[in-house]
Amino acid sequence: MKTKLYSLAHSRAGDKGNTLTLSLIPYNPEDYPVLCTQVTVEAVKNHLCEIVAGEITRYELPNLPALQFVCQQALTGGVTTSLTMDTHGKSLSYALLEMEIAH
Amino acid sequence: MKETIRIGCGAGFSGDRLEPAVILVQQGQLDYLVLECLAERTIALAQKRKRQDPTLGYDPLLERRMECLLPHLLEKKVRLITNMGAANPPAAAEKICAIARQLQLPVTVATVTGDDVLQQLTGNEPALETGKPLNESGALISANAYLGADAILPALATEANIIITGRVADPSLFVAPLVHEFGWSLDNANQIGQGTVIGHLLECAGQLTGGYFADPGRKDIPDMAHLGHPFADISADGTAVFSKVAGTGGLVSVATATEQLLYEVMNPGQYFTPDVVADFTQVRLDQSGSDQVRATGGRGQTRPDTLKVSVGYDAGFVGEGEISYAGSNALGRAKLAGAIVQQRLQDRFADLRVDYIGSTSVHRTAFGHYPDPYEIRLRVAGRAATAKEAALVGEEVEALYTNGPAGGGGARKYVHEIVGIVSTLIDRNQVSPHLTVLHA
Repeated sequence: MKTKLYSLAHSRAGDKGNTLTLSLIPYNPEDYPVLCTQVTVEAVKNHLCEIVAGEITRYELPNLPALQFVCQQALTGGVTTSLTMDTHGKSLSYALLEMEIAH
Repeated sequence: MKETIRIGCGAGFSGDRLEPAVILVQQGQLDYLVLECLAERTIALAQKRKRQDPTLGYDPLLERRMECLLPHLLEKKVRLITNMGAANPPAAAEKICAIARQLQLPVTVATVTGDDVLQQLTGNEPALETGKPLNESGALISANAYLGADAILPALATEANIIITGRVADPSLFVAPLVHEFGWSLDNANQIGQGTVIGHLLECAGQLTGGYFADPGRKDIPDMAHLGHPFADISADGTAVFSKVAGTGGLVSVATATEQLLYEVMNPGQYFTPDVVADFTQVRLDQSGSDQVRATGGRGQTRPDTLKVSVGYDAGFVGEGEISYAGSNALGRAKLAGAIVQQRLQDRFADLRVDYIGSTSVHRTAFGHYPDPYEIRLRVAGRAATAKEAALVGEEVEALYTNGPAGGGGARKYVHEIVGIVSTLIDRNQVSPHLTVLHA
């Protein structure tokens, strides 16, 4: 069955220049392995293909547990000079949570 | 030495609310209050204000914050550490003293300067983002090095009630009082790493206490209208317990703290500050009580030899125009309007953006299949070298009133001056923090 990440996890977006950070934190720590298996760099790259132009790095934080995605060239030039409405990309946490996984 | 030190964070950005800080000082039994009010761009904008008037260039809300906080800070013997000095900490200190004299309060203000390194740069230094010389980005306005906790320590050693700085790394505002109170060594990277975790959790104020976390029905947060800002009780071993003033709104939970811990973290194993390269990967967050989270396990490696410098440059002007459509075929009419404006402006703007607010404006795309929205707002934005050229965007959007598709309403137009930011590195030995003490 397809499930939106929104129903399994929460996320906060952050910015540094043209780089976007997205956390992915399961509500239930037991879902962490499912997130690790399915929310891969490739899957996120594919999902955010119209938002992230550069590389994506995924960090695993089993202690919390949480995943952290660091997305290069994702803010159309960065907070200060971008013409987009959401120059910080703050709303993009909810773009990640729109992704569907099998669960 | 006290067993624990209580540090509150009453503001997480320049425009943050005033009231939570007052509640923290009045009811929070704090030792220190930190107000973090300086984003990357804020200091460049402040530098522009200082150029126009040498008595300005500090945080625009400084007066209002000080007028409501000063009496309580003195009554409760809470020391304030803040980067509200922005581009002009000495002028901010003068202003605070003037307010204190007006209120007939005896205040000592310590000012930390030395972050402004614009005169030390040639402009040929490579930007970290592009690798190209800084001055290829545009005319440089400001260059501020991120000072660390070591720059604040001499100020804490004075009797100052208020310590005002310019550009200091956000976590360092919190690390400094911990080092001062507990006598931690700046060379103890694990201890400073844990201090940095504490500062990072606190620095965005309401982002820790459930404010930016809330999502009704999914992540419910009580009494958001009275959202309290956080404080932490820190022991000499670095263990920190985060909470908020009883009776304020919000929530302090492992989930709210986890979101904040990872906020803006580019590499959880290597979080660079002037004090340390902090490692967040072994951090443990535990719910130690109602609205109480304990954080342990922050570590670190030796601080970098260089300091990051945030460089502001003139990036021209952005013009914007907006107009709304509603009812049948709202999106169709908005898209026709967007195409018309784009055709009229594309030869004059290298950089033009058309957004449909209510559809694809902030995610720049849409996921899944959504029905057409009942209402839609067209937004067009373009950048130009002058304000006059930038204004054309709003003028063309407004002209859709009589010339454009049917039913356009609520047109608005704006022009903003834009400051761009790039970064570079400077040897820390080239930066000399300086302390000045003023008495009101």
